[in-house]
Amino acid sequence: MKLVVVTAGLTQPSSTRLLADRLAEAAGRRLGGATPRVVELRELAVDIANNFVTGFAGARLRSALDAVAEADGVIAVTPVFSASYSGLFKSFFDLLDQDALAGTPVLIAATGGTARHSLALEHALRPLFAYLRAVVVPTAVYAASEDWGGTGDAYTGGLPDRITRASGELADLMLRLAPAREPKAGQAEDVSGPPEIEEVVPFEQQLAAVRQG
Amino acid sequence: MLSWLLKLQQYGLVTNMQFGIFSVGDVTTDPTTGRTPTEAERIQAMVTIALKAEEVGLDVFATGEHHNPPFVPSSPTTMLGYIAARTERLQLSTATTLITTNDPVKIAEDYAMLQHLSGGRVDLMMGRGNTGPVYPWFGQDIRQGIPLAIENYALLHRLWREDVVDWEGRFRTPLQGFTSTPRPLDGVPPFVWHGSIRSPEIAEQAAYYGDGFFANNIFWPKEHFVRLITLYRQRYAHYGHGTPEQAIVGLGGQVFMRKNSQDAVREFRPYFDNAPVYGHGPSLEEFTAETPLTVGSPQQVIDRTLEFREHFGDYQRQLFLMDHAGLPLKTVLEQLDLLGEEVVPVLRAEFAKGRPAEVPDAPTHASLLAARTGQPSQPAPRS
Repeated sequence: MKLVVVTAGLTQPSSTRLLADRLAEAAGRRLGGATPRVVELRELAVDIANNFVTGFAGARLRSALDAVAEADGVIAVTPVFSASYSGLFKSFFDLLDQDALAGTPVLIAATGGTARHSLALEHALRPLFAYLRAVVVPTAVYAASEDWGGTGDAYTGGLPDRITRASGELADLMLRLAPAREPKAGQAEDVSGPPEIEEVVPFEQQLAAVRQG
Repeated sequence: MLSWLLKLQQYGLVTNMQFGIFSVGDVTTDPTTGRTPTEAERIQAMVTIALKAEEVGLDVFATGEHHNPPFVPSSPTTMLGYIAARTERLQLSTATTLITTNDPVKIAEDYAMLQHLSGGRVDLMMGRGNTGPVYPWFGQDIRQGIPLAIENYALLHRLWREDVVDWEGRFRTPLQGFTSTPRPLDGVPPFVWHGSIRSPEIAEQAAYYGDGFFANNIFWPKEHFVRLITLYRQRYAHYGHGTPEQAIVGLGGQVFMRKNSQDAVREFRPYFDNAPVYGHGPSLEEFTAETPLTVGSPQQVIDRTLEFREHFGDYQRQLFLMDHAGLPLKTVLEQLDLLGEEVVPVLRAEFAKGRPAEVPDAPTHASLLAARTGQPSQPAPRS
């Protein structure tokens, strides 16, 4: 079971990475000890910018994009900047093939200085992954600074409860969907060999499609 | 002048591969002087570069086709016709001809006319174009890019091979009893290459017709193009045109040379850093490591280009991008001197070594005519 964590925190250490690790650990436990691959976008920031300029991904970035495309489940965590995901976070997903996450369970999470930004998860991240046709788990996890020292209230559980619930939802979806899903090819192209011949639409068929309109 | 080359080719000591240059035709500010050439200067520079290509012994000049600033070559057959009148043996080509937005009937007419005027020194490279608004400007829909390329080329292919064509399709007015004139020279249509950066459909199209496939091999890592060319070779064989090794492959490349490689790097860096296509992105060092761009001595260019054969197999045509990113004309002409005098003669000799006899030469009018009439192919006459 391949679990990939994409984290867009910028500082070292970062609370975004801390949240990502907590979520990954909880999900990994539910999946029987799966070790996640962690993609730190900070380390790929220049590669991501270069891809926009040149049109191709360098080897490190390609490996990260492939890992996400091949994942059975993804945990995507961003700091909230200016009422939305960070530009770096969006840029990474802009480089992903539009079909790469189709049908993949995704847990969305975010961090911020104040709880007032928590709905960024619902009005920014959830639509992004809906566009990518990912299966977004019902519980999205937002951690404000105060959550790291809080215990929840009458209306909602504390951060540990939300982490447990969201990770459980992700793990359940992965266990249910993974066996049924087609094995996916790396999105940034399998460069190990020529495309499978059956991938190619024979030319007569392409010509016939044009003729039929 | 080059009769020695003809002799060497006949004895198999140098390859009949074609070497040449392709130009995008961009008007770009020279970042080292801040000066931008006028359109008039750029057009004359392209002609000067083409004439220089013949002078230094290169085989091919190919022009781009663009319909928006900062590019000047919107009318390729006008430019190539003018160059044809001022050259003797240079093969004139395109990189690329927009098969999507040009009327295939007009392509058939224009390039057949150019073929007659140039004495058969014409081939074309089909491409879809990468500028979105060009489609609506010419009354087409970019979402139909691949179907347009397929249908338009199917019609073009017939117009050059059938004297009278009845035709009906999705994208243009039907034709009843239409004859495209002039008919191709000696009844032999211009050879066609298909260029694609990412679409297996186009590799498949080239294979189906037994046409050439050209990988621009410039902006992307080579692995990407290895995949497309391998597919093209397999499908070329599938459609019965020959073995995979006999498929007709062309490659692009991009080089900047000085006698000392440090001088080349120092001089080219400001052009690289500000280049419209990849400037302000990765460093020159990163880009040369990841893509086939070579900046260095002529020997480094020779070594890197010879590697292409290891990745892509023996191939027929090598084109270099030399005039871009605002490089001044004087510099480009110096580059062509180096290419023609120091690089290409070595490549001709080296590529001939170990090249299997069944690997075909680059197609020319003479070879296509000979193949049709069943006569043994002779290299095109050279003056």
